Amino acid sequence: MLRLVIVGASLAGLRAAQAARAAGHEGEIVMIGREPHLPYTRPPLSKELLQGTQEIEDSALQVGELDVQWRLGTAASGLDRAGRHVLLADGSEVRYDRLIVATGCRARSWDGPGSELGGVHTLRDLEDAVALRAALASAQHLLIVGAGFIGCEVAASARALGVDVTLVDIASHPLLPFGPQLGERWARMHRDHGVDLRVGVGLAGLGGAQRVEHAELTDGSTVVVDAVLLALGSVLNTDWLAGSGLELNPAVVCDSTLTTTSDPDILAAGDVAAVPVPLAGGAALRIEHWTSAAEHGQLAGRNALLDPAERVSHTTPPYFWSDQYGVKIQALGLPALAERIELLEQSPEDDRFIAACVAGENMVGIVGVNAARRLPWYRRQLTHPRPLAEVKLQLTDEATTLGAPLAAA
Amino acid sequence: MKVHVDMNLCQSHGECVAIAPDVFELGDDDMLVWQEEVPDDRRADMEAAANACPMMAIRLED
Repeated sequence: MLRLVIVGASLAGLRAAQAARAAGHEGEIVMIGREPHLPYTRPPLSKELLQGTQEIEDSALQVGELDVQWRLGTAASGLDRAGRHVLLADGSEVRYDRLIVATGCRARSWDGPGSELGGVHTLRDLEDAVALRAALASAQHLLIVGAGFIGCEVAASARALGVDVTLVDIASHPLLPFGPQLGERWARMHRDHGVDLRVGVGLAGLGGAQRVEHAELTDGSTVVVDAVLLALGSVLNTDWLAGSGLELNPAVVCDSTLTTTSDPDILAAGDVAAVPVPLAGGAALRIEHWTSAAEHGQLAGRNALLDPAERVSHTTPPYFWSDQYGVKIQALGLPALAERIELLEQSPEDDRFIAACVAGENMVGIVGVNAARRLPWYRRQLTHPRPLAEVKLQLTDEATTLGAPLAAA
Repeated sequence: MKVHVDMNLCQSHGECVAIAPDVFELGDDDMLVWQEEVPDDRRADMEAAANACPMMAIRLED
């Protein structure tokens, strides 16, 4: 019977194990995890957990009576494909017949002046969130470097806790994954909630005795702070694959069935995998979002048990979201590819809208604000690039839109 | 089988709607409405919906 080994015990890894069991796999499953915890879900770490509306135990993913051997608290340190085993940091080896790589990412670090000071945080794992929550309980002024998802969500959480926030990013707009064209809107939202948002500005250095006391920015200004969050994006956990011969781009390159291009017995899932996306004309992309990790995991768990010719492709468009200040921002497809946006629906009050993200003639994504009920319809339109004109024509038959775009949008 | 959704957790992501639009639906106010009693032959879909929910709001009962 096949022995399935899954490296990475977070969302994608867990879904893979569950899917393999659901598909009737009776052989052994070994789950290797760097962290000491059973799988947990990360979205609350920047929101509910920080704000204190959820506790640590609420972020646990339901494992139930899943029949797997857990090897937690032990990172993988190498892969020997010829010998078909994974090397672990404690020196042991785990033999596999089929392997799923789901080691995800870690927070990008920064080693500039003052990076060693107390009060300097990153946010990726549960411990990071617990430490940041404790810091926010007494902090007066938080500097956040990086205005992506983590930076913006923590800014909103910190404001809800009454902490002053300075948010800086070297880019010209916050939340670029939702497309640069909507950036002004998100910038206004943060400033309306009292965030000192500075774009086109980076971090030059931190200073203080033992704990951080001030930050120097690249525009020459200084900010007095008592806590810093470095939200600089992520780095792939692929170090352990160096020398394995797996194709890295630098993510693990897969075909549409999540099978690695180098080895039919090895699949990859979640943040670490580069998978062809139909909306991007089949380019292999890394989609670092919750839903992709869950979907990849599920599919990889089933596909790993099958012969390569029988494996099923991943086709659903990316879906991701962010919640800030009670505003729900949702996106489908690849808004970051947009050359322009076009409002398709808008409520008369302008507090709910759907914007199409357009590249050439084609709709490649949508962004919705407080428009959850309209997303299922767009999800059906976005499996492949489609001319925007065609989508708009179909929209005229829809009875339940939010309303026509306002003239002076 | 019975389908429970904890509306304190649900944030209207609509993953369940995409998987089983005949069981789950988002209303005008973006709030989820769903059939609480579902035939047993839909178990696979209901489990997929529960697994796909980012908020872990869906619970199934025999």
